[in-house]
Amino acid sequence: MTPLDDIVKEFLVESYENLERLDRDLLALEKNPGDVPTLSSVFRTIHTIKGTCGFLGFGKLEAVTHVGENLLSKLRDGHLALRPDIATALLMLVDAVREMLASIEQSGAEGDGDYAALVGELKALQDEAVDPPPTPTVAVDPPPAPAQSSPPPTAAAPAAASPAPKPPAAAGEHGGVADTNIRVDVGVLDKLMSLVGELVLARNQLLQFAATVRDPAFTRTCQRLNLITGELQQGVMKTRMQPVGNVFDRFPRVVRDLSAMVGKKIRLEVEGGETELDRSVIEAIKDPLTHIVRNSVDHGIEKPAARVARGKLEEGVLRLRAFHEGGQVNIEISDDGGGIPPDKVKAKAVEKGLITPEQAARMSDRDAIALIFAPGFSTAEQVTNISGRGVGMDVVRTNVEKIGGTLDVTSTVGVGTTLRVRIPLTLAIVPALIVTCDGLRYAIPQVNLLELVRIDGQAGEKRIERVHGSPVFRLRGQLLPLLFLRERLDRPPADPAEPTTLAVLSVDGRQFGLVVDTVVDTQEIVVKPLGQELKGIGVYAGATVLGDGRVALILDVPGLAITAGGPTAGDKSGGEKPAGPSARVVTLLLLELGAGRRVALPMCKVTRLEEIAAAAVERIGGLEVLQYRGDIMPVFRLADLLGEPTGSPAGLLNVVVYAAFGQTVGLVADRIVDIVEVELKPHRTAARPGVPGTAVIHDRVTELVEVEELLALVGHTQPEAGR
Amino acid sequence: MTTRQLCTFAVAGGRYAVPVADVQEVLRHQELTPVPLGHPAVVGLINLRGQIVTSMDVRRRLGLPDRPADAGPMTVVVRTADGPKALLVDDIGDVIDVADAAAEPPPAAAGPQTAVTARVYKLPDHLLLELDVAELITLTPHPTR
Repeated sequence: MTPLDDIVKEFLVESYENLERLDRDLLALEKNPGDVPTLSSVFRTIHTIKGTCGFLGFGKLEAVTHVGENLLSKLRDGHLALRPDIATALLMLVDAVREMLASIEQSGAEGDGDYAALVGELKALQDEAVDPPPTPTVAVDPPPAPAQSSPPPTAAAPAAASPAPKPPAAAGEHGGVADTNIRVDVGVLDKLMSLVGELVLARNQLLQFAATVRDPAFTRTCQRLNLITGELQQGVMKTRMQPVGNVFDRFPRVVRDLSAMVGKKIRLEVEGGETELDRSVIEAIKDPLTHIVRNSVDHGIEKPAARVARGKLEEGVLRLRAFHEGGQVNIEISDDGGGIPPDKVKAKAVEKGLITPEQAARMSDRDAIALIFAPGFSTAEQVTNISGRGVGMDVVRTNVEKIGGTLDVTSTVGVGTTLRVRIPLTLAIVPALIVTCDGLRYAIPQVNLLELVRIDGQAGEKRIERVHGSPVFRLRGQLLPLLFLRERLDRPPADPAEPTTLAVLSVDGRQFGLVVDTVVDTQEIVVKPLGQELKGIGVYAGATVLGDGRVALILDVPGLAITAGGPTAGDKSGGEKPAGPSARVVTLLLLELGAGRRVALPMCKVTRLEEIAAAAVERIGGLEVLQYRGDIMPVFRLADLLGEPTGSPAGLLNVVVYAAFGQTVGLVADRIVDIVEVELKPHRTAARPGVPGTAVIHDRVTELVEVEELLALVGHTQPEAGR
Repeated sequence: MTTRQLCTFAVAGGRYAVPVADVQEVLRHQELTPVPLGHPAVVGLINLRGQIVTSMDVRRRLGLPDRPADAGPMTVVVRTADGPKALLVDDIGDVIDVADAAAEPPPAAAGPQTAVTARVYKLPDHLLLELDVAELITLTPHPTR
């Protein structure tokens, strides 16, 4: 099918619907001729058909509707009253239009029906109108198009005044498009969607109950209900799906215009335009995608001369690719341009005070490139009016995150850059973490959650410190501003002896810790809006019904972030930066203990990895030490610290030289596995002191070790205190 | 003579009513999820067959003293432009027909109740205050902390 066919098809569907309404409206008008809104609606319908068929080149249809429109405009403006004969003529017009549409659908042409008589009659009726208003000037009736392009009807009318012979009477069965497509109000679909959400919740409740009942028949029924509900959910979600191509369609033009403006040659390749997304998501990604495409054209791809000098084709390629992966939609925007030079980005970030020179030196290339998402960052040496003033990428990322998506970038200098947008299929159902605070449950959208840290009552209290009166927490050497949910919600403070949990949340690449009482579990929740009377509190994003049927409020994480100011809010360049834009991805040293137990340490505190003869370990008091670089370094066996039984190893020891409490300690591990850069995904706290959480790294469950805390447990806190 | 159908209820010893047409249903006590930082009149959220509905205490809305802890309130769910809202009342009364002629506008300056009172009916044995539902559920912004 050619694109034109699609347009014609759409025209047909739309016109058939309009004709249905026309019949009704005209009949209503006949009963009540003074009904101006209905008359206007009829006029608009005919006007629309006339306009579209003119555009599609259906001259005959246009001619007929044109006279009809003129007559209607006279009626609408009160120059003529609707009489039964006029109504009849108009209904005949509708029939004529319907015949022609049927013919177009069958043969692609308007057919050979002759409508001259009808046209003549319509014109005659219209001419009667002249008597009541003495001046039928433009001032009286502006819209009826005083001199529109279609005089042909007049010419055609007298030529063949024979009564219109009916075209082949297949008009009734216009099978195809009109019968297989219906237009549905989006509101109806939204309502269906929310009902299905309810059904899913009810199903979940039932399944919870079913687990406690030992009745095979009941269990079978539940399983069946489970399956059907799942299918129904998918089916309803499908009704709201639109191909992402609807957004992609605008880009050929954008790229063409922009590249011409900046003097570049760029070819756009689009792939996966048929990938479907919920319409609300489609709306929400339009602007971010456009921004990224503009950026790629403006900054990504080099000018033809520069490309040739680098041995590339003069014409750059911009690829848009959409595909499904793991319940999410991925959209990649890649160019074969100059790439993003990490050094340049680092230098710029240091210059702008976003990071310190030391941080820059430590930073991996990947982290450095991710700095383009930092607020107020722009690498373009030239500010152009095409991709804005460098406010770009952080805003783009914020918008993508707002709909629960993620945005990341990979780039190789000289080869190109790829931006990858990952977005959920739908916004209606989101995974959330359920926490408690003062006996009430609250939902936190998972998309904002980085990790969970358990804080033990007494020991944890010590790790919460204050900077200018704002509470902060040391998390792997970085200061995390804290917000106590109890305090924010004006609840009494928790019993300090009780352990609490710290949810590390991220908004716009900024992190803060939210202290809650306990973590319950994770659930897929259906987001519901709050009533008018609860808007504007700034803490809640909505509410949801949990699996047990009770209501829980959904916390508005961006809203909370505003109050979790701490040192991040104002003073961004301050010495120890609490949460850099790169902090999401951490570099970890992976170690193995005993029979395959994996633990990970933050690489930033590791100074060296050494192999040292076991015999070199000496003992002072109860402490094992090594002579290391002319100093005495205490040595701890990680396996002992973590309660992993091991024999006493002989031969060479793997020693991680680690900076704890500003002092160097040696940590003995059985095997050093790897150094990995990972984006920490939160996991339920399998936590105990010293092991605040776990993560899956290299497909293995790995414990994230907090060395300082472990050492504190064995009484080693300060350089001298260990003795 | 035109009449109106009103759904009556008792709050702190007084008789009040809302038009029957505005009432969706009447329920016994519902499990409430409190909303910290919400307006004092908002007692919480209820799950009404999957719909989340804000529940407001008419006593607090009218500036009356709180209900004794042992008195189980009734919930009147009313339809509003902003979706259904739940109103907590002490007890539910009959649905009655009243003649329009028996109505009077609320007397001026009768405290916080005046703004939410649509009409006053002089019934043989007591006065009945018809509340303006739209006004009743409109809460002046509560200062957030």
